[in-house]
Amino acid sequence: MTRLALTMLWRDWRAGELRVLAIALVIAVVSVTSVGFFADRLQQALTREAHQLLGGDVVLVSDHPWQQATRDAVIASGLKLTESMSFTSMARTASEAQLVAVKAVADGYPLRGKLRIAPAPGVADAITDALPATGEVWVDERMAGVFAVAVGDRLELGNSTFKVGAILTLEPDRGASFFNFAPRLMMRVDDVAATGLVQTGSRVTYHLLAAGERVDAEAFEKAMAAKLGRGETLQSLTHARPEIRSTLDRAGQFVSLAALLAVILAAVAIALGAQYYIKRHLDGYAVMRCLGATQAGLLSLLLREFALLGVLASLLGAAGGYAGQTVIVWMIGDLIKVQLPAPTLLPALQGCAVGIVLLLGFALPPLLQLKNVPALRVLRRELGPARQSSLLAYGVGLAAFAGLVVWQAGELQLGLIVFGGFCAAFALFGAVAWGALRVLGRSSGASGLTWRFGLANLGRRAGANTVQVLALAIGLTTILLLTFTRGDLLATWQSKIPPDAPNRFIVNIQPDQRVLLAEFFTANGLQQPEIYPMVRGRYVALNGKAVSGEGFEERARRMVEREFNLSYMETLPPHNALTAGRGFETGDLARGGLSVEDGIARTLGWKLGDMLTWQVAGENFSAPIVGIRKLDWDSMRVNFFVISTPSLLEKAATSFITSFHLPPDKTGVTQQLSRRFPNLTLVDMSALLKQAQDLVGQLVRAVQFIFLFAVGSGVLVLYAALLATRDERVREAAVMRALGASRRQVLASQRAEFAVLGLLAGLLAAVGATAIGWLIAQKVFQFPYQINHWVWLIGPLLGLACLGVNLRAAARAVLNTPPLAALRDA
Amino acid sequence: MNNPSPIIAARGLCKSVANGAQSLVILQDIGLEVMPGEAVAIVGASGSGKSTLLGLLAGLDVPSAGTVTLAGENLFALDEDGRAALRARLLGFVFQSFQLLPALNALENVMLPLELSGAVHAAAAAEAMLRRVGLGERLRHYPKTLSGGEQQRVALARAFVMQPQLLLADEPTGNLDAVTGADVINRLFELNAERGTTLILVTHDDVLAQRCSRVIRLAGGKTV
Repeated sequence: MTRLALTMLWRDWRAGELRVLAIALVIAVVSVTSVGFFADRLQQALTREAHQLLGGDVVLVSDHPWQQATRDAVIASGLKLTESMSFTSMARTASEAQLVAVKAVADGYPLRGKLRIAPAPGVADAITDALPATGEVWVDERMAGVFAVAVGDRLELGNSTFKVGAILTLEPDRGASFFNFAPRLMMRVDDVAATGLVQTGSRVTYHLLAAGERVDAEAFEKAMAAKLGRGETLQSLTHARPEIRSTLDRAGQFVSLAALLAVILAAVAIALGAQYYIKRHLDGYAVMRCLGATQAGLLSLLLREFALLGVLASLLGAAGGYAGQTVIVWMIGDLIKVQLPAPTLLPALQGCAVGIVLLLGFALPPLLQLKNVPALRVLRRELGPARQSSLLAYGVGLAAFAGLVVWQAGELQLGLIVFGGFCAAFALFGAVAWGALRVLGRSSGASGLTWRFGLANLGRRAGANTVQVLALAIGLTTILLLTFTRGDLLATWQSKIPPDAPNRFIVNIQPDQRVLLAEFFTANGLQQPEIYPMVRGRYVALNGKAVSGEGFEERARRMVEREFNLSYMETLPPHNALTAGRGFETGDLARGGLSVEDGIARTLGWKLGDMLTWQVAGENFSAPIVGIRKLDWDSMRVNFFVISTPSLLEKAATSFITSFHLPPDKTGVTQQLSRRFPNLTLVDMSALLKQAQDLVGQLVRAVQFIFLFAVGSGVLVLYAALLATRDERVREAAVMRALGASRRQVLASQRAEFAVLGLLAGLLAAVGATAIGWLIAQKVFQFPYQINHWVWLIGPLLGLACLGVNLRAAARAVLNTPPLAALRDA
Repeated sequence: MNNPSPIIAARGLCKSVANGAQSLVILQDIGLEVMPGEAVAIVGASGSGKSTLLGLLAGLDVPSAGTVTLAGENLFALDEDGRAALRARLLGFVFQSFQLLPALNALENVMLPLELSGAVHAAAAAEAMLRRVGLGERLRHYPKTLSGGEQQRVALARAFVMQPQLLLADEPTGNLDAVTGADVINRLFELNAERGTTLILVTHDDVLAQRCSRVIRLAGGKTV
């Protein structure tokens, strides 16, 4: 029987009757597996190299130096110990100054994993057990590129000069962060003090790395976890860097869900393909029944044939997915700093499962009708299988798809929201298209014969035509979104930043440097910048009740646990807009008051009048919230979440921060500034912004690539919908021609029908793209969306063009079939 | 000498269908017996119930009343699959509209019943049968590239390749011109004689009917 099923499969394939089904399956599986393989490699890199990613078995991280007692506790637990410090700073050569991510390490680093270095960029690297020697730094390839330095060259960092000792190609605990903006510089911990870079207000992260026997490490982890203070965290195999995980998981989730758009369109194509298959096989199955095939026999044959199809198409799709993931890796490889291991077979199996689920859900229920074809159909062609309710036929499929979405989303709620979103969008587009087609179908009074005939067909074939419009509209929405809308969003985002907006930040300014800095600005013909004080403090209590990170969601928890940058001033900065309460008034200045940003107030549950307690350098102070401000983060100015009246903070250890606009013709100033004030950290916002845009660009490209599958599925749906109505069109044309209509007239009536379908789909797509663009502008970028009126023209034009291709295919079938043959077949 | 028993017999066969609130009678109390090797023509005008009778005799449809006995088995005591199994064993069909599968070439169309019954050497048997009907050169041709006469000859080959005991033919020349129709009928009778197959042929063509050993006339759903 399986042999016969294989024979039938080959025959059906040869006849072109399985093409839509098979291609749809392949596209769906390619779409899912290419993302799956990629995610799998990333996941493996994260799990298998978990030790290396941490650099030790247990890593203690703090925003303040660790006490000697903690070091002693590590040793006492029988574990090996080493430590490192991380901070950003300016590095300089004779001609360049650039922000770098410094990691200062001590002997023994890393306890797990190995460093790899090379003698020059692009040269084969090798594992090393050494560390940079005293007075030496290692730089990564990116930094070597930016500074144009080679091994042996000199680099200045703070007050010290270092020799470049090697090109660092891999450090195990660099992690797979999407946000490794600054290039890496590695040095010895012992060399840090001489640079003078670690001062008040410097943001330094201190790591203690411990490794040893598993039992010892676990015991230490358990004991230490209970003793952690504020600003201290513990990372281990069981608590692997949550921020990396969650960033990658979210990115992976997003791309997986994008992949599902192709899957759902493929499901529609599969359902249409199955309907087409049924239509073409009703006679054949009736003949087989007549020739003595039993229902059970036919069922078994059908199941085997389609199981074979499912397996073959899925395998092909999985192979395509493997190729697809290499494209994704190539597109966003820059973002991932770890070497990706080869993928496992799991995504291929998952992809095959998706293929089989689609087939079982969307093709098999309607196909099973075939076994019920009455044998009497061989004598009376009007007889068919009993009509199945659509809900029954596709209920299984929809349930299966919902399961698939939840699985890909990784959580029930998000999965159901996305599934609901898909269904709502389909239902809305479908309802509008169906309604429009019915109305247009009736409004044929004034037009000529061909238009009347074409328009009437819109209404008569409302079902099949709705599917065509829906598929095309979704495909076009994707295209418009990725071209016009995306371009508009980025352009609006960029144009929001005024040309003279600050493009450099200076942090770490010490009190005695303010005057000198002002002089430096004057000497260099730069406008005097506004310099703000900055004090680091912890949020400890709300209305007298101590707060801890527990009970907050992840982002809020991190905010609560880390130190805030607080500022103080008498008058709030002019670019801050009050949304509630007041600015600082005389009474507030005397009693003390706080002004907070509205977003953080929402996140942390602060209200006007709430009493917040802060701890600065071990001392607490409390003050009420007297005003809530809205900040324009895109203004590129210095912004603070929390500003206090001066009396509360001015005695605390303060560093200063400023931002200024550096004209493009004065970029040499940064070098001078860095040389004159080696401790200052100069952040090039335009470079960061560009990196952020590049990052977004790369992600968008990856998503665009995934959406290509959706467009492919969309085209397939169009083709399948056309096939579904082709026989009917051929017969109609035959009748028209038998009654004396010219080829021109036949074509014209078809053209009228397709023109309306294309225009309708294009209009819907323009609405869809505009709505989504508006949503993204409002919710993600938070600015008013300017509707691009071109979409109203381009959308329908694209729709016409797509259906023009369809028209050609339809016309060929219609006009190349002799009327007599068409009528006889009927 | 024993009296041979009929290969197929119908008794009190009625068929009516609901037509709104009314019942439309298509066949009324039909009784017939066909002996092995006989060639019987069922003739009648359009709408006389010929095709309905043929469908009932083949067990493709169920009667409102009455029985059909095929090779001693009460057809309607069997379920749908039981009747299908009996058809596979005993019956062959030729239809007015040929009923060839468009996706299959001539050879594959003839192989199909053999394949469904799990026969080995299906291709060899089918090829021999196609050569027997003069289509040895057209084995790989698809139905749409064959003429009407050739298509019906493929259908004949498909019917005879299973060596049925009883061949049911529904207006086999209905879609063919006179000359082609005559050629197909000649081949049908030749094969029938050669293999000793019993033939029941539905037609409205009196000339064709006269070539059969017996003619049963239907009018208004009754034998006349």
